[in-house]
Amino acid sequence: MESYALRDISFEIQDGEFIGLIGHTGSGKSTLIQHLNGLMRPSSGTVYFNGEDIFGAGYDLRALRGKVGLVFQYPEYQLFETDVLADVKYGPKNMGLSDQEAEERAKEALALSGLSEDFWTRSPFELSGGQKRRAAIAGVLAMEPQVLILDEPTAGLDPRGRDEILETVSQLHKSRHVTIILVSHSMEDIARYADRILVLNEGNLQYFDTPKRVFKYYRELEKMGLSAPQITYLMHGLRDEGIDVDTSIGTIEEAREEILRIYEKNRIKD
Amino acid sequence: MKIIDAAHVFFDYVRRDENDNIEEVSHALSDLSLSIEEGSFVCILGHNGSGKSTFAKLLNGLNLPKEGTVLIAGMDTREEEKLLKIRETAGMVFQNPDNQIIANVVEEDVGFGPENIGVPTEEIWRRVDASLAAVGMQAYRMKSPNRLSGGQKQRVAIAGVMAMKPACIILDEPTAMLDPNGRKDVMATVHELNRKEGMTIVHITHYMEEAVEADRVIVMDGGHVVMDGTPREVFSRVEELRALSLCVPQATELAYELRQAGMPLREGILTREELIEELVPLLRRGRVKEDA
Repeated sequence: MESYALRDISFEIQDGEFIGLIGHTGSGKSTLIQHLNGLMRPSSGTVYFNGEDIFGAGYDLRALRGKVGLVFQYPEYQLFETDVLADVKYGPKNMGLSDQEAEERAKEALALSGLSEDFWTRSPFELSGGQKRRAAIAGVLAMEPQVLILDEPTAGLDPRGRDEILETVSQLHKSRHVTIILVSHSMEDIARYADRILVLNEGNLQYFDTPKRVFKYYRELEKMGLSAPQITYLMHGLRDEGIDVDTSIGTIEEAREEILRIYEKNRIKD
Repeated sequence: MKIIDAAHVFFDYVRRDENDNIEEVSHALSDLSLSIEEGSFVCILGHNGSGKSTFAKLLNGLNLPKEGTVLIAGMDTREEEKLLKIRETAGMVFQNPDNQIIANVVEEDVGFGPENIGVPTEEIWRRVDASLAAVGMQAYRMKSPNRLSGGQKQRVAIAGVMAMKPACIILDEPTAMLDPNGRKDVMATVHELNRKEGMTIVHITHYMEEAVEADRVIVMDGGHVVMDGTPREVFSRVEELRALSLCVPQATELAYELRQAGMPLREGILTREELIEELVPLLRRGRVKEDA
């Protein structure tokens, strides 16, 4: 029996975008991201990076994996070196950099990842869950990728760990202009950070648009085993009660503004 | 009746070097006192390192207190001959479903526990039936656990614990590795066990939304209990929770922000429905006048 993990998917991502990738478990998210750095080869179709076919003759896939960094789920399971710094150096060394260059890159990446210097010479196994995850992300950052793909980077972390990782990613996007593809089950996080959302459903590309437009289809998303952010449901609830609010809102900050706007407007008329 | 009664508990993690000299001692729990009533649904919150999991492991004797006592249905966890009985009374479910499933067929996995404690065969099958029904997994009875989703595996793990007929189940972040649907299923299952079977539930989680429906919420920090009350009481303390790097449910946070901005909303709003109910009259007031 043949089954499709992905089916006839076409899309383009621009330099410097922050993309949220959502889909029910088994929708093809992991398969899709592995195509983007050449770990998986499409049965048919092509993948272009900066205009070049990554499966074309003579294309340097190894170099591509440095440019399109992929952070897998639970990446801390892949830490293996005796200390954190050595682990982070592994990627750049593998790219052919000298030990010194690799070390410089590793230190910079660790600083970017927000892991305090006290931990750099420790064994990865002495770190907490959130710290391990930063070390693992630093390992990918050390290759200085132009695109960073993160597969549920906050899974299993506590609220503090979650916030810290997302802030780090957001900083990389803002200050380093790294293109981000974030796979997440948290619609709140997606609404907060993503410029556009790519929705996969049973291997098909269902939507690819701004959060506001995608979350308008919240009923359709529910049928796919997804949902809209909780705040969006709140806004719909208010609308159902006859309050004229913008129902495309997905974050607490926006909802606060919108509700206060209406509240103030009404107060003046009192 | 108190099913769990911990009094003045201290617990340290000791790290030793290769010569067995003590390198580092961390006080995971210090002077922790906490009791839990039979039949209640208790949520424990706290960030990593707050002592939640250490506490959970004290409840079935996986950890023993350095000082203080832990009584489970009146039995002291330090009395070795009671350990088996304690583990039958307080069952544990852990974070990673893959680490908790041992058999190749779902029904065998669920039957493993009772078989191990010498339950007669017929009774084992009765318990397997009842447990799988309680978690809604009868249809998967003859399936291989490998083919199940994370949420389904976790429900099988819960069924396996249930089959031991514990009075109390302690779940240490059972939803952390699940997707939203898996999370919902597991939470529904756990609530059902509490309501229908009267089982005491101690649910450790990082998801604030899961704590909203608990009878009682306990917040831990630095090995102590720092907050203890109904969800409404605990989640009213938004600033303290933020200081502990914890968050509050989204509806609570928005209500807090709006109150800070001057809207007269009551404290302790937990759900979307409650917030809508509070907001509608405030947002509609002008409209009524305008229409008139």
